[in-house]
Amino acid sequence: MEYVSHLLVLAAIYTILVVSLDLLIGHTGIMSVAHASLFGLGAYTTALLAVHYDPPFIISIVPGMVIGSAMAVIISLASLRLTRDQFVLATFGFQSILFGIFENWVSVTRGPFGVSGIPHPRILGLTASSPPLMLILVSASALLCYAAVIRFARSPFGRVLRAIREDEVFAKSLGKATYRYKISAFAISGCIAALAGGLYAYYMTFIDPTSFTIMESILILSMVIIGGAGSRWGPLVGALVLVILPEGLRFLGLPDSVAGSLRQVIYGVLLIAIVIFRPSGLVGSFRLGR
Amino acid sequence: MSETLSCRGVSMSFNGLSALAGVNLVFPSSGIVSIIGPNGAGKTTLIDILTGFIRPDSGSCFIGQREITHLPPDQIAALGITRTFQHLRCITQTSALENVLLARPRQRGESLLGALFRLGVAEEEKQNREIAKRLLESVGLGHATTESDRAGELSYGQQKLLSLACCLATEAQMLLLDEPIAGVSPKRREQILKLLLTLGNQGMLIIFVEHDISAVKEVADQVIMMDEGKVIAHGVPSEVLARPEIMEAYIA
Repeated sequence: MEYVSHLLVLAAIYTILVVSLDLLIGHTGIMSVAHASLFGLGAYTTALLAVHYDPPFIISIVPGMVIGSAMAVIISLASLRLTRDQFVLATFGFQSILFGIFENWVSVTRGPFGVSGIPHPRILGLTASSPPLMLILVSASALLCYAAVIRFARSPFGRVLRAIREDEVFAKSLGKATYRYKISAFAISGCIAALAGGLYAYYMTFIDPTSFTIMESILILSMVIIGGAGSRWGPLVGALVLVILPEGLRFLGLPDSVAGSLRQVIYGVLLIAIVIFRPSGLVGSFRLGR
Repeated sequence: MSETLSCRGVSMSFNGLSALAGVNLVFPSSGIVSIIGPNGAGKTTLIDILTGFIRPDSGSCFIGQREITHLPPDQIAALGITRTFQHLRCITQTSALENVLLARPRQRGESLLGALFRLGVAEEEKQNREIAKRLLESVGLGHATTESDRAGELSYGQQKLLSLACCLATEAQMLLLDEPIAGVSPKRREQILKLLLTLGNQGMLIIFVEHDISAVKEVADQVIMMDEGKVIAHGVPSEVLARPEIMEAYIA
Protein backbone atom coordinates (compact mmCIF):
# COMPACT_ATOMS: atom_id res chain seq x y z
CA MET A 1 0.00 0.00 0.00
CA GLU A 2 2.81 2.39 0.94
CA TYR A 3 4.51 1.54 -2.33
CA VAL A 4 1.39 2.33 -4.36
CA SER A 5 0.84 5.56 -2.51
CA HIS A 6 4.51 6.47 -3.08
CA LEU A 7 4.02 5.96 -6.81
CA LEU A 8 0.85 8.01 -6.79
CA VAL A 9 2.55 10.86 -4.92
CA LEU A 10 5.33 10.88 -7.51
CA ALA A 11 2.80 10.72 -10.36
CA ALA A 12 0.89 13.65 -8.83
CA ILE A 13 4.07 15.73 -8.44
CA TYR A 14 5.02 14.97 -12.04
CA THR A 15 1.49 15.81 -13.15
CA ILE A 16 1.95 19.28 -11.64
CA LEU A 17 5.26 19.64 -13.47
CA VAL A 18 3.83 18.41 -16.75
CA VAL A 19 0.76 20.63 -16.49
CA SER A 20 2.98 23.65 -15.89
CA LEU A 21 5.36 22.84 -18.75
CA ASP A 22 2.45 22.08 -21.05
CA LEU A 23 1.16 25.61 -20.56
CA LEU A 24 4.34 26.68 -22.36
CA ILE A 25 4.78 23.88 -24.89
CA GLY A 26 1.24 22.79 -25.65
CA HIS A 27 -0.63 26.02 -25.21
CA THR A 28 1.89 28.70 -26.16
CA GLY A 29 4.27 26.77 -28.41
CA ILE A 30 7.40 27.66 -26.43
CA MET A 31 9.86 24.85 -25.83
CA SER A 32 11.86 25.00 -22.61
CA VAL A 33 14.40 22.66 -21.05
CA ALA A 34 14.82 24.75 -17.89
CA HIS A 35 11.88 23.26 -16.07
CA ALA A 36 13.83 21.09 -13.66
CA SER A 37 15.75 24.18 -12.51
CA LEU A 38 12.49 25.97 -11.64
CA PHE A 39 11.34 22.78 -9.92
CA GLY A 40 14.63 22.84 -8.01
CA LEU A 41 14.32 26.50 -7.13
CA GLY A 42 10.97 25.80 -5.49
CA ALA A 43 12.35 22.71 -3.76
CA TYR A 44 15.39 24.49 -2.33
CA THR A 45 13.47 27.57 -1.22
CA THR A 46 10.85 25.51 0.59
CA ALA A 47 13.37 23.03 1.98
CA LEU A 48 15.65 25.72 3.40
CA LEU A 49 12.76 27.64 4.93
CA ALA A 50 11.37 24.43 6.42
CA VAL A 51 14.70 23.27 7.81
CA HIS A 52 15.68 26.62 9.32
CA TYR A 53 12.33 28.02 10.45
CA ASP A 54 9.78 25.19 10.11
CA PRO A 55 6.90 27.55 9.30
CA PRO A 56 3.41 26.35 8.33
CA PHE A 57 3.12 24.81 4.83
CA ILE A 58 1.77 27.93 3.12
CA ILE A 59 4.55 30.17 4.48
CA SER A 60 7.27 27.87 3.22
CA ILE A 61 5.66 27.04 -0.13
CA VAL A 62 4.60 30.52 -1.33
CA PRO A 63 8.07 32.15 -1.34
CA GLY A 64 9.31 29.30 -3.54
CA MET A 65 6.45 29.92 -5.95
CA VAL A 66 7.25 33.64 -6.04
CA ILE A 67 10.94 32.99 -6.68
CA GLY A 68 10.11 30.34 -9.31
CA SER A 69 7.84 32.83 -11.01
CA ALA A 70 10.43 35.60 -10.88
CA MET A 71 13.11 33.33 -12.34
CA ALA A 72 10.70 32.27 -15.09
CA VAL A 73 10.16 35.93 -15.94
CA ILE A 74 13.93 36.44 -16.16
CA ILE A 75 14.26 33.40 -18.44
CA SER A 76 11.39 34.54 -20.64
CA LEU A 77 12.80 38.03 -21.05
CA ALA A 78 15.50 36.37 -23.13
CA SER A 79 12.80 35.08 -25.49
CA LEU A 80 11.95 38.57 -26.68
CA ARG A 81 14.95 38.71 -28.95
CA LEU A 82 15.52 35.07 -29.82
CA THR A 83 14.04 32.72 -32.38
CA ARG A 84 12.28 29.67 -30.99
CA ASP A 85 15.23 27.40 -31.68
CA GLN A 86 17.70 29.77 -30.08
CA PHE A 87 15.40 30.09 -27.13
CA VAL A 88 15.57 26.37 -26.37
CA LEU A 89 19.34 26.74 -26.15
CA ALA A 90 18.96 29.75 -23.87
CA THR A 91 16.74 27.74 -21.51
CA PHE A 92 19.42 25.06 -21.53
CA GLY A 93 21.83 27.77 -20.41
CA PHE A 94 19.57 28.83 -17.55
CA GLN A 95 19.12 25.21 -16.54
CA SER A 96 22.90 24.79 -16.34
CA ILE A 97 23.38 28.02 -14.38
CA LEU A 98 20.74 27.16 -11.79
CA PHE A 99 22.03 23.61 -11.46
CA GLY A 100 25.49 25.08 -10.96
CA ILE A 101 24.13 27.26 -8.16
CA PHE A 102 22.40 24.31 -6.45
CA GLU A 103 25.61 22.33 -6.61
CA ASN A 104 28.20 25.00 -5.82
CA TRP A 105 26.62 27.50 -3.44
CA VAL A 106 27.57 25.15 -0.63
CA SER A 107 27.08 27.64 2.23
CA VAL A 108 23.38 27.82 1.43
CA THR A 109 22.41 24.67 -0.49
CA ARG A 110 25.05 22.36 1.08
CA GLY A 111 26.02 21.54 -2.51
CA PRO A 112 26.28 17.83 -3.34
CA PHE A 113 25.47 16.86 0.27
CA GLY A 114 21.95 18.19 -0.21
CA VAL A 115 19.46 19.46 2.33
CA SER A 116 18.28 16.78 4.73
CA GLY A 117 15.92 16.60 7.67
CA ILE A 118 13.12 18.53 6.00
CA PRO A 119 10.22 18.37 8.48
CA HIS A 120 6.76 17.18 7.54
CA PRO A 121 4.44 19.94 6.31
CA ARG A 122 1.97 21.45 8.78
CA ILE A 123 -1.38 22.71 7.57
CA LEU A 124 -4.08 24.08 9.89
CA GLY A 125 -2.45 22.37 12.85
CA LEU A 126 -2.27 18.98 11.08
CA THR A 127 1.04 17.37 10.21
CA ALA A 128 1.14 15.38 6.97
CA SER A 129 3.52 12.75 8.29
CA SER A 130 2.42 9.59 6.45
CA PRO A 131 2.43 8.81 2.70
CA PRO A 132 -1.42 8.70 2.51
CA LEU A 133 -1.66 12.17 4.06
CA MET A 134 1.03 13.43 1.69
CA LEU A 135 -0.91 11.82 -1.15
CA ILE A 136 -4.00 13.84 -0.22
CA LEU A 137 -1.97 17.06 -0.02
CA VAL A 138 -0.13 16.46 -3.29
CA SER A 139 -3.23 15.26 -5.16
CA ALA A 140 -5.22 18.28 -4.00
CA SER A 141 -2.39 20.54 -5.19
CA ALA A 142 -2.23 18.72 -8.53
CA LEU A 143 -5.97 19.06 -8.97
CA LEU A 144 -5.82 22.76 -8.17
CA CYS A 145 -2.97 23.36 -10.65
CA TYR A 146 -4.73 21.32 -13.29
CA ALA A 147 -7.96 23.29 -12.82
CA ALA A 148 -6.07 26.60 -12.86
CA VAL A 149 -4.26 25.79 -16.10
CA ILE A 150 -7.49 24.63 -17.76
CA ARG A 151 -9.13 27.84 -16.57
CA PHE A 152 -6.36 29.89 -18.14
CA ALA A 153 -6.45 27.84 -21.33
CA ARG A 154 -10.18 28.28 -21.81
CA SER A 155 -10.18 32.03 -21.28
CA PRO A 156 -9.54 34.80 -23.80
CA PHE A 157 -6.00 34.77 -22.31
CA GLY A 158 -5.64 31.15 -23.44
CA ARG A 159 -6.97 32.10 -26.85
CA VAL A 160 -4.11 34.57 -27.26
CA LEU A 161 -1.61 31.91 -26.13
CA ARG A 162 -2.91 29.51 -28.78
CA ALA A 163 -2.70 32.27 -31.37
CA ILE A 164 0.95 32.79 -30.41
CA ARG A 165 1.51 29.05 -30.81
CA GLU A 166 -0.13 28.98 -34.25
CA ASP A 167 0.93 32.30 -35.74
CA GLU A 168 2.56 34.94 -33.58
CA VAL A 169 2.82 37.45 -36.43
CA PHE A 170 -0.94 37.26 -36.95
CA ALA A 171 -1.56 37.81 -33.23
CA LYS A 172 0.74 40.84 -33.28
CA SER A 173 -1.02 42.29 -36.29
CA LEU A 174 -4.28 42.16 -34.33
CA GLY A 175 -2.75 44.25 -31.55
CA LYS A 176 -1.74 41.52 -29.11
CA ALA A 177 1.41 42.33 -27.14
CA THR A 178 2.63 38.78 -27.60
CA TYR A 179 5.81 39.19 -25.52
CA ARG A 180 3.71 40.12 -22.50
CA TYR A 181 1.60 36.98 -22.89
CA LYS A 182 4.70 34.83 -23.22
CA ILE A 183 6.14 36.32 -20.05
CA SER A 184 2.84 35.76 -18.24
CA ALA A 185 2.65 32.14 -19.39
CA PHE A 186 6.23 31.61 -18.22
CA ALA A 187 5.49 33.24 -14.87
CA ILE A 188 2.52 30.94 -14.23
CA SER A 189 4.49 27.96 -15.41
CA GLY A 190 7.46 28.77 -13.14
CA CYS A 191 5.16 29.38 -10.19
CA ILE A 192 3.50 25.97 -10.58
CA ALA A 193 6.79 24.15 -11.18
CA ALA A 194 8.17 25.68 -8.00
CA LEU A 195 5.09 24.52 -6.11
CA ALA A 196 5.83 20.99 -7.33
CA GLY A 197 9.40 21.48 -6.05
CA GLY A 198 8.19 22.49 -2.59
CA LEU A 199 5.91 19.46 -2.40
CA TYR A 200 8.73 17.22 -3.58
CA ALA A 201 11.08 18.55 -0.89
CA TYR A 202 8.50 18.01 1.83
CA TYR A 203 7.68 14.55 0.59
CA MET A 204 11.25 13.32 0.16
CA THR A 205 12.54 15.10 3.34
CA PHE A 206 15.89 15.25 1.50
CA ILE A 207 16.91 17.00 -1.72
CA ASP A 208 20.16 17.28 -3.59
CA PRO A 209 21.08 18.72 -7.02
CA THR A 210 20.81 15.34 -8.79
CA SER A 211 16.99 15.66 -8.80
CA PHE A 212 17.17 18.88 -10.82
CA THR A 213 19.45 18.06 -13.74
CA ILE A 214 18.88 18.61 -17.45
CA MET A 215 17.83 14.94 -17.64
CA GLU A 216 14.98 15.75 -15.29
CA SER A 217 13.94 18.62 -17.58
CA ILE A 218 13.99 16.23 -20.51
CA LEU A 219 11.97 13.66 -18.57
CA ILE A 220 9.25 16.28 -17.92
CA LEU A 221 9.41 17.32 -21.57
CA SER A 222 9.03 13.65 -22.60
CA MET A 223 5.96 13.34 -20.40
CA VAL A 224 4.41 16.36 -22.14
CA ILE A 225 5.11 14.96 -25.59
CA ILE A 226 4.17 11.35 -24.82
CA GLY A 227 0.91 12.36 -23.13
CA GLY A 228 -0.01 14.87 -25.81
CA ALA A 229 0.93 18.54 -25.71
CA GLY A 230 -1.90 21.03 -25.32
CA SER A 231 -4.54 18.40 -24.58
CA ARG A 232 -6.81 18.01 -21.61
CA TRP A 233 -5.72 14.56 -20.43
CA GLY A 234 -2.24 14.53 -21.93
CA PRO A 235 -0.39 15.76 -18.82
CA LEU A 236 -2.03 13.14 -16.63
CA VAL A 237 -1.43 10.31 -19.11
CA GLY A 238 2.18 11.40 -19.73
CA ALA A 239 3.01 11.57 -16.03
CA LEU A 240 1.29 8.27 -15.21
CA VAL A 241 2.88 6.36 -18.09
CA LEU A 242 6.41 7.51 -17.38
CA VAL A 243 6.18 7.10 -13.59
CA ILE A 244 4.44 3.74 -13.53
CA LEU A 245 5.83 2.01 -16.62
CA PRO A 246 9.45 1.89 -15.37
CA GLU A 247 8.21 0.55 -12.06
CA GLY A 248 6.75 -2.40 -13.93
CA LEU A 249 10.35 -3.38 -14.72
CA ARG A 250 10.95 -4.14 -11.07
CA PHE A 251 8.65 -7.11 -11.38
CA LEU A 252 10.69 -8.59 -14.20
CA GLY A 253 13.33 -9.54 -11.62
CA LEU A 254 16.17 -7.77 -13.41
CA PRO A 255 19.22 -6.67 -11.43
CA ASP A 256 19.04 -3.00 -10.41
CA SER A 257 21.89 -1.94 -12.69
CA VAL A 258 20.19 -3.43 -15.76
CA ALA A 259 16.75 -2.07 -14.77
CA GLY A 260 18.18 1.45 -14.53
CA SER A 261 19.66 1.38 -18.01
CA LEU A 262 16.58 -0.34 -19.39
CA ARG A 263 14.50 2.51 -18.04
CA GLN A 264 16.52 4.99 -20.10
CA VAL A 265 16.13 2.79 -23.17
CA ILE A 266 12.38 2.60 -22.66
CA TYR A 267 12.10 6.39 -22.47
CA GLY A 268 14.12 6.66 -25.64
CA VAL A 269 12.17 4.06 -27.59
CA LEU A 270 8.83 5.41 -26.38
CA LEU A 271 9.77 8.94 -27.32
CA ILE A 272 10.96 7.96 -30.79
CA ALA A 273 7.88 5.79 -31.38
CA ILE A 274 5.53 8.56 -30.29
CA VAL A 275 7.25 11.19 -32.43
CA ILE A 276 7.08 8.91 -35.48
CA PHE A 277 3.72 7.19 -35.07
CA ARG A 278 1.67 9.53 -32.89
CA PRO A 279 3.18 13.01 -33.11
CA SER A 280 0.26 14.49 -31.22
CA GLY A 281 0.94 12.20 -28.22
CA LEU A 282 -1.12 9.37 -26.73
CA VAL A 283 -4.24 11.45 -26.13
CA GLY A 284 -3.43 14.78 -27.80
CA SER A 285 -4.64 16.44 -30.95
CA PHE A 286 -2.05 19.15 -31.45
CA ARG A 287 1.10 18.20 -33.35
CA LEU A 288 4.30 19.77 -32.19
CA GLY A 289 6.57 21.27 -34.83
CA ARG A 290 3.88 21.33 -37.48
CA MET B 1 -11.17 60.25 -38.10
CA SER B 2 -9.15 63.39 -38.41
CA GLU B 3 -5.60 62.15 -37.90
CA THR B 4 -3.72 61.24 -41.00
CA LEU B 5 -1.13 58.59 -41.63
CA SER B 6 2.08 59.84 -43.18
CA CYS B 7 5.70 58.98 -43.69
CA ARG B 8 8.73 61.16 -44.28
CA GLY B 9 11.96 60.15 -45.99
CA VAL B 10 11.52 56.43 -45.33
CA SER B 11 14.38 54.32 -46.66
CA MET B 12 15.10 50.67 -46.24
CA SER B 13 17.53 48.24 -47.75
CA PHE B 14 17.97 44.49 -47.45
CA ASN B 15 21.52 43.16 -47.79
CA GLY B 16 22.57 46.27 -49.64
CA LEU B 17 19.61 46.18 -52.02
CA SER B 18 17.45 49.26 -51.70
CA ALA B 19 13.76 48.42 -51.13
CA LEU B 20 12.59 51.93 -50.27
CA ALA B 21 14.47 55.11 -51.13
CA GLY B 22 13.22 58.21 -49.34
CA VAL B 23 9.46 57.69 -49.51
CA ASN B 24 7.34 60.71 -48.53
CA LEU B 25 3.59 60.17 -48.36
CA VAL B 26 0.58 61.74 -46.73
CA PHE B 27 -2.49 59.56 -46.81
CA PRO B 28 -6.00 61.00 -46.70
CA SER B 29 -7.95 60.51 -43.48
CA SER B 30 -10.50 58.28 -45.18
CA GLY B 31 -11.29 56.66 -48.49
CA ILE B 32 -9.52 54.05 -50.58
CA VAL B 33 -5.89 54.37 -51.61
CA SER B 34 -4.29 51.80 -53.83
CA ILE B 35 -0.55 51.19 -54.01
CA ILE B 36 0.55 49.71 -57.33
CA GLY B 37 3.87 48.95 -58.91
CA PRO B 38 5.93 46.11 -60.35
CA ASN B 39 7.26 43.31 -58.17
CA GLY B 40 10.06 44.52 -55.93
CA ALA B 41 8.83 48.12 -56.02
CA GLY B 42 8.71 48.22 -52.20
CA LYS B 43 4.93 48.09 -51.72
CA THR B 44 4.89 45.36 -49.08
CA THR B 45 7.98 46.79 -47.38
CA LEU B 46 6.12 50.09 -47.03
CA ILE B 47 3.17 48.32 -45.39
CA ASP B 48 5.54 46.39 -43.11
CA ILE B 49 7.13 49.65 -42.00
CA LEU B 50 3.84 51.52 -41.51
CA THR B 51 2.55 48.69 -39.32
CA GLY B 52 5.74 48.28 -37.29
CA PHE B 53 6.79 44.86 -38.57
CA ILE B 54 10.01 46.32 -40.00
CA ARG B 55 12.01 49.27 -38.72
CA PRO B 56 13.23 51.51 -41.53
CA ASP B 57 16.91 52.38 -41.89
CA SER B 58 15.95 56.03 -41.87
CA GLY B 59 12.88 58.25 -42.02
CA SER B 60 9.78 58.43 -39.84
CA CYS B 61 6.11 57.49 -39.87
CA PHE B 62 3.37 59.43 -38.12
CA ILE B 63 -0.27 59.26 -37.15
CA GLY B 64 -1.20 62.91 -36.96
CA GLN B 65 1.72 64.46 -35.08
CA ARG B 66 2.60 61.27 -33.23
CA GLU B 67 5.64 59.40 -34.42
CA ILE B 68 5.07 55.67 -34.71
CA THR B 69 8.31 54.61 -36.43
CA HIS B 70 9.73 52.72 -33.46
CA LEU B 71 6.52 51.33 -32.00
CA PRO B 72 6.01 47.55 -32.09
CA PRO B 73 3.14 46.19 -34.25
CA ASP B 74 0.78 45.65 -31.33
CA GLN B 75 1.06 49.26 -30.20
CA ILE B 76 0.52 50.52 -33.72
CA ALA B 77 -2.54 48.25 -34.00
CA ALA B 78 -3.82 49.72 -30.73
CA LEU B 79 -3.63 53.16 -32.37
CA GLY B 80 -6.09 51.96 -34.98
CA ILE B 81 -3.97 50.59 -37.81
CA THR B 82 -4.29 46.98 -38.76
CA ARG B 83 -3.27 44.93 -41.74
CA THR B 84 -3.57 41.74 -43.73
CA PHE B 85 -0.73 39.82 -45.32
CA GLN B 86 0.13 38.81 -48.84
CA HIS B 87 0.49 35.23 -47.62
CA LEU B 88 -2.76 34.69 -45.80
CA ARG B 89 -2.55 34.53 -42.05
CA CYS B 90 -5.22 33.22 -39.74
CA ILE B 91 -5.43 30.48 -37.12
CA THR B 92 -6.48 27.59 -39.33
CA GLN B 93 -6.77 25.07 -36.48
CA THR B 94 -9.61 26.90 -34.80
CA SER B 95 -13.00 28.25 -35.88
CA ALA B 96 -13.53 31.36 -37.96
CA LEU B 97 -15.45 32.76 -35.00
CA GLU B 98 -12.47 32.23 -32.65
CA ASN B 99 -10.26 34.10 -35.11
CA VAL B 100 -12.56 37.10 -35.02
CA LEU B 101 -12.94 36.87 -31.22
CA LEU B 102 -9.16 36.91 -30.91
CA ALA B 103 -9.10 40.19 -32.80
CA ARG B 104 -11.44 42.02 -30.41
CA PRO B 105 -9.51 44.76 -28.61
CA ARG B 106 -9.06 45.37 -24.87
CA GLN B 107 -10.62 42.16 -23.58
CA ARG B 108 -10.73 41.82 -19.80
CA GLY B 109 -10.39 38.06 -20.05
CA GLU B 110 -7.03 38.48 -21.77
CA SER B 111 -5.35 39.65 -18.56
CA LEU B 112 -4.02 37.12 -16.06
CA LEU B 113 -6.36 38.15 -13.27
CA GLY B 114 -9.28 38.46 -15.68
CA ALA B 115 -8.63 34.93 -16.92
CA LEU B 116 -8.42 33.53 -13.39
CA PHE B 117 -11.25 35.35 -11.64
CA ARG B 118 -13.45 36.02 -14.69
CA LEU B 119 -15.06 39.20 -13.34
CA GLY B 120 -17.42 40.36 -16.08
CA VAL B 121 -15.63 38.14 -18.56
CA ALA B 122 -18.62 35.94 -19.44
CA GLU B 123 -20.73 38.98 -20.29
CA GLU B 124 -17.93 40.55 -22.31
CA GLU B 125 -17.32 37.27 -24.15
CA LYS B 126 -21.02 37.01 -24.98
CA GLN B 127 -21.03 40.52 -26.42
CA ASN B 128 -17.86 39.88 -28.39
CA ARG B 129 -19.36 36.68 -29.76
CA GLU B 130 -22.38 38.62 -31.02
CA ILE B 131 -20.16 41.25 -32.58
CA ALA B 132 -17.97 38.57 -34.16
CA LYS B 133 -20.99 36.81 -35.66
CA ARG B 134 -22.28 40.09 -37.07
CA LEU B 135 -18.88 40.85 -38.56
CA LEU B 136 -18.67 37.42 -40.17
CA GLU B 137 -22.11 37.98 -41.64
CA SER B 138 -21.16 41.46 -42.84
CA VAL B 139 -18.21 40.09 -44.84
CA GLY B 140 -20.35 37.35 -46.32
CA LEU B 141 -19.29 34.49 -44.03
CA GLY B 142 -22.65 34.20 -42.31
CA HIS B 143 -22.57 30.46 -42.88
CA ALA B 144 -19.33 30.03 -40.86
CA THR B 145 -20.36 31.40 -37.49
CA THR B 146 -20.40 28.21 -35.42
CA GLU B 147 -17.59 26.81 -33.27
CA SER B 148 -17.18 23.79 -35.54
CA ASP B 149 -16.37 25.75 -38.70
CA ARG B 150 -12.62 25.48 -38.84
CA ALA B 151 -10.96 28.45 -40.50
CA GLY B 152 -8.62 26.05 -42.31
CA GLU B 153 -11.56 24.45 -44.07
CA LEU B 154 -12.68 27.72 -45.66
CA SER B 155 -11.69 28.38 -49.28
CA TYR B 156 -8.80 30.72 -50.01
CA GLY B 157 -11.19 33.55 -50.91
CA GLN B 158 -13.23 32.97 -47.78
CA GLN B 159 -10.06 33.09 -45.67
CA LYS B 160 -9.30 36.47 -47.25
CA LEU B 161 -12.76 37.61 -46.13
CA LEU B 162 -12.06 36.19 -42.69
CA SER B 163 -8.84 38.18 -42.40
CA LEU B 164 -10.85 41.29 -43.29
CA ALA B 165 -13.39 40.43 -40.59
CA CYS B 166 -10.51 40.11 -38.11
CA CYS B 167 -9.20 43.55 -39.10
CA LEU B 168 -12.66 45.04 -38.60
CA ALA B 169 -13.01 43.33 -35.22
CA THR B 170 -9.99 45.25 -33.93
CA GLU B 171 -12.01 48.48 -34.44
CA ALA B 172 -9.11 49.92 -36.40
CA GLN B 173 -9.92 52.90 -38.60
CA MET B 174 -7.07 52.30 -41.03
CA LEU B 175 -6.72 48.98 -42.86
CA LEU B 176 -3.59 48.16 -44.82
CA LEU B 177 -4.38 45.25 -47.10
CA ASP B 178 -1.70 43.38 -49.00
CA GLU B 179 -3.25 42.05 -52.22
CA PRO B 180 -6.74 41.44 -50.86
CA ILE B 181 -8.13 40.03 -54.11
CA ALA B 182 -5.12 38.16 -55.50
CA GLY B 183 -5.94 34.55 -56.31
CA VAL B 184 -9.66 34.66 -55.54
CA SER B 185 -12.57 33.76 -57.81
CA PRO B 186 -14.31 36.52 -59.85
CA LYS B 187 -17.36 36.26 -57.61
CA ARG B 188 -15.27 36.64 -54.45
CA ARG B 189 -13.37 39.52 -56.07
CA GLU B 190 -16.61 41.44 -56.56
CA GLN B 191 -17.64 40.66 -53.00
CA ILE B 192 -14.36 41.94 -51.54
CA LEU B 193 -14.28 45.09 -53.70
CA LYS B 194 -17.85 45.92 -52.71
CA LEU B 195 -16.89 45.51 -49.06
CA LEU B 196 -13.90 47.83 -49.48
CA LEU B 197 -16.15 50.46 -51.08
CA THR B 198 -18.59 50.20 -48.19
CA LEU B 199 -15.81 50.56 -45.62
CA GLY B 200 -14.28 53.50 -47.48
CA ASN B 201 -17.66 55.22 -47.54
CA GLN B 202 -18.05 54.64 -43.80
CA GLY B 203 -15.08 56.91 -43.15
CA MET B 204 -12.33 54.32 -42.85
CA LEU B 205 -9.01 54.59 -44.60
CA ILE B 206 -8.31 51.55 -46.75
CA ILE B 207 -4.83 51.26 -48.22
CA PHE B 208 -4.41 48.29 -50.49
CA VAL B 209 -1.58 46.90 -52.52
CA GLU B 210 -2.85 45.46 -55.77
CA HIS B 211 -1.75 44.23 -59.16
CA ASP B 212 -5.25 44.14 -60.64
CA ILE B 213 -5.43 47.55 -62.35
CA SER B 214 -9.12 47.25 -63.22
CA ALA B 215 -9.93 46.72 -59.54
CA VAL B 216 -7.88 49.81 -58.69
CA LYS B 217 -9.85 51.82 -61.26
CA GLU B 218 -13.10 50.47 -59.85
CA VAL B 219 -12.65 51.35 -56.20
CA ALA B 220 -9.64 53.57 -55.47
CA ASP B 221 -9.98 57.29 -54.72
CA GLN B 222 -6.22 57.72 -54.96
CA VAL B 223 -3.49 55.65 -56.47
CA ILE B 224 0.19 55.58 -55.53
CA MET B 225 2.54 54.21 -58.14
CA MET B 226 5.84 52.88 -56.80
CA ASP B 227 8.91 51.74 -58.68
CA GLU B 228 12.36 50.78 -57.38
CA GLY B 229 11.53 51.94 -53.88
CA LYS B 230 10.25 55.37 -54.89
CA VAL B 231 6.84 56.94 -55.28
CA ILE B 232 6.72 57.93 -58.93
CA ALA B 233 3.12 59.11 -59.05
CA HIS B 234 0.35 59.87 -56.56
CA GLY B 235 -3.09 61.12 -57.58
CA VAL B 236 -6.54 60.15 -58.74
CA PRO B 237 -6.58 56.89 -60.73
CA SER B 238 -8.03 58.42 -63.92
CA GLU B 239 -5.03 60.76 -64.16
CA VAL B 240 -2.23 58.57 -62.90
CA LEU B 241 -3.23 55.50 -64.90
CA ALA B 242 -3.70 57.58 -68.06
CA ARG B 243 -0.04 58.65 -68.09
CA PRO B 244 1.75 56.43 -70.62
CA GLU B 245 5.13 56.57 -68.80
CA ILE B 246 3.45 55.23 -65.64
CA MET B 247 1.93 52.25 -67.39
CA GLU B 248 5.23 51.67 -69.15
CA ALA B 249 7.07 51.51 -65.82
CA TYR B 250 4.37 49.23 -64.47
CA ILE B 251 4.58 46.80 -67.35
CA ALA B 252 8.39 46.90 -67.40
